[in-house]
Amino acid sequence: MGVKLLLEKANVPGIRTYDVYRREGGYVTAEKALKEMTIEAIVEEVKKSGLRGRGGAGFPAGMKWSFIAKPEGVPRHLVCNADESEPGTFKDRYLMEFLPHLLIEGLLISSFALGSNDTYIYIRGEYAWVATILEEAIEEATKNGFLGNNILGTGFDCRIHVHRGAGAYICGEETALIESLEGKRGNPRIKPPFPAIQGVWMRPTVVNNVETLAAIVPIIKMGGEEYAKIGIGRSTGTKLISACGNINKPGVYEIDMTISVEDFIYSDEYCGGIANGKKLKACIPGGSSVPILPANLLLKTAKGETRYMNYESLSDGGFATGSMMGSGGFIVLDEDQCIVKNTLTLARFYRHESCGQCSPCREGTGWMEKIIQKIELGKGEISDIDLLWDIQRKIEGNTICPLGDAAAWPVAAAIRHFRDEFEWHINNRELSQTSNFGLQHYADPIHVPA
Amino acid sequence: MSLQFNNEQMTEFKRLVVRYPEGKQKSALLPVLHLAQDSFGGWLPTEAMDYVAGLLSIEPIEVYEVATFYSMYNLKPVGKFVFEVCQTGPCMISGSDNIIAYIQNQLGIQPGETTKDGVFTLKLVECLGACGYAPMMQVGKIYREHLTKEKVDAIIEEYRMQVVAQN
Repeated sequence: MGVKLLLEKANVPGIRTYDVYRREGGYVTAEKALKEMTIEAIVEEVKKSGLRGRGGAGFPAGMKWSFIAKPEGVPRHLVCNADESEPGTFKDRYLMEFLPHLLIEGLLISSFALGSNDTYIYIRGEYAWVATILEEAIEEATKNGFLGNNILGTGFDCRIHVHRGAGAYICGEETALIESLEGKRGNPRIKPPFPAIQGVWMRPTVVNNVETLAAIVPIIKMGGEEYAKIGIGRSTGTKLISACGNINKPGVYEIDMTISVEDFIYSDEYCGGIANGKKLKACIPGGSSVPILPANLLLKTAKGETRYMNYESLSDGGFATGSMMGSGGFIVLDEDQCIVKNTLTLARFYRHESCGQCSPCREGTGWMEKIIQKIELGKGEISDIDLLWDIQRKIEGNTICPLGDAAAWPVAAAIRHFRDEFEWHINNRELSQTSNFGLQHYADPIHVPA
Repeated sequence: MSLQFNNEQMTEFKRLVVRYPEGKQKSALLPVLHLAQDSFGGWLPTEAMDYVAGLLSIEPIEVYEVATFYSMYNLKPVGKFVFEVCQTGPCMISGSDNIIAYIQNQLGIQPGETTKDGVFTLKLVECLGACGYAPMMQVGKIYREHLTKEKVDAIIEEYRMQVVAQN
């Protein structure tokens, strides 16, 4: 059993309510932070913890906090990014649904450290019932003096507001989220200025992911140094992984980032192996935008070393032979899955979600979808593969926000590692409509059934 | 103007607007459009958008550009129950294609269509963040997860019974 810092109490009956959360030691850390610590000391602990943003980019949270501008007389805002929309990712939903007070406690401490009197939770519109759970928890916390005016007699005021989005993946990007919070289309802004200088309503703003803000509670509770001892290297603390696809036990797991990918997939404590006795074909380990890896490169790095579930190990080998930790959306594909079809659904997703501001993304995502669809339907040409490669390269790095990259990477990785499956589709037009390429030489090198 | 919030809806509107700083009431646009859609039969006719623009003291175009950007706002009438079935990667590899085909067959409609009796609309949507509980669909404010053919039948029956009970 690994260390549990976030989900430790997830199974305590009634933990969603203030009373049970409080009885289990909830809000004690907030009391410590607000009454006994200075703002500088809190920020220092977060820096020492090495906590990296849990939304996908992995940017050090303490550093992000230290960038916030503090002009005289201008309000500052903390915004919690709960627009969880990256395919494969459903960890924030779990945290909010089952441990809403843990998030609120983290928000309170963070709001205090950043000087935010009005903090917003931007939650994806579809999570309507989760928004209701959060609003109920906010009401309870307010009644019990942990939100509102003059909290715990410290003179600090903090209100938390829930803001429901309305269906747009792009609003997970922080500047698009800010635009959306202002009641506009979710078009990302050009940076600089960064949100820390001019964010929502042109005021200094910090946008952090749900899991990042929840992790502030154990960090302040145990101290940054102790937190940093969990995990390995620059992958400190624990990470929530939402595992899905063709596994026996889909769900949300908290790991301490020292576990190997193989153990994560095959141990009963986590995914419980591939469903229906099938073999592992491929995996997208960090949400749909990170590179897909065939089984052999997933379980071991190109150097033949064991691959672990942490930031450094998952990206070992760069995009040539590695992938990314991303959001922790762990999508497992078994031997029956078609890489072309899977890539098609992702290409369609990114075309649908492109905000349309930048032409490489607006035009490129639709073009890629059409070509992959053609191949999937048995009408592709071999030259289409090179064309796809060319288009994705021209999108990557040429857009205002990372959605362009997110759309390019899955296509690039699918071609990089599964080019022969694309070729097979094109060369076997009729056969490809009734059967799949299967495993071929990508067979799981470790778990080959007897 | 015929479309207006009733007292209860107006109270909710006021609760939403005060969350944002003074002079920044436009920020309430997304939540207010949700309220309008829920209040006015599940979709947003131009009249509803103009009404919201008036309430927030913004130009109608500012409402139109937002309503057309976000996928949750319906710009055409929809059935009483909208089946929004996820078709993105994780759901697809968990069998959403079969579920979508089954729903089409059971309701006798294609994606984007509404049944003749106006009860059901079928929409195909992109990832709803329920990948571990796939295949799934959203119906109104709730998620229906781990879908099987049997479960789909039971859900259709459940909503049909609701309609019967209301008539």
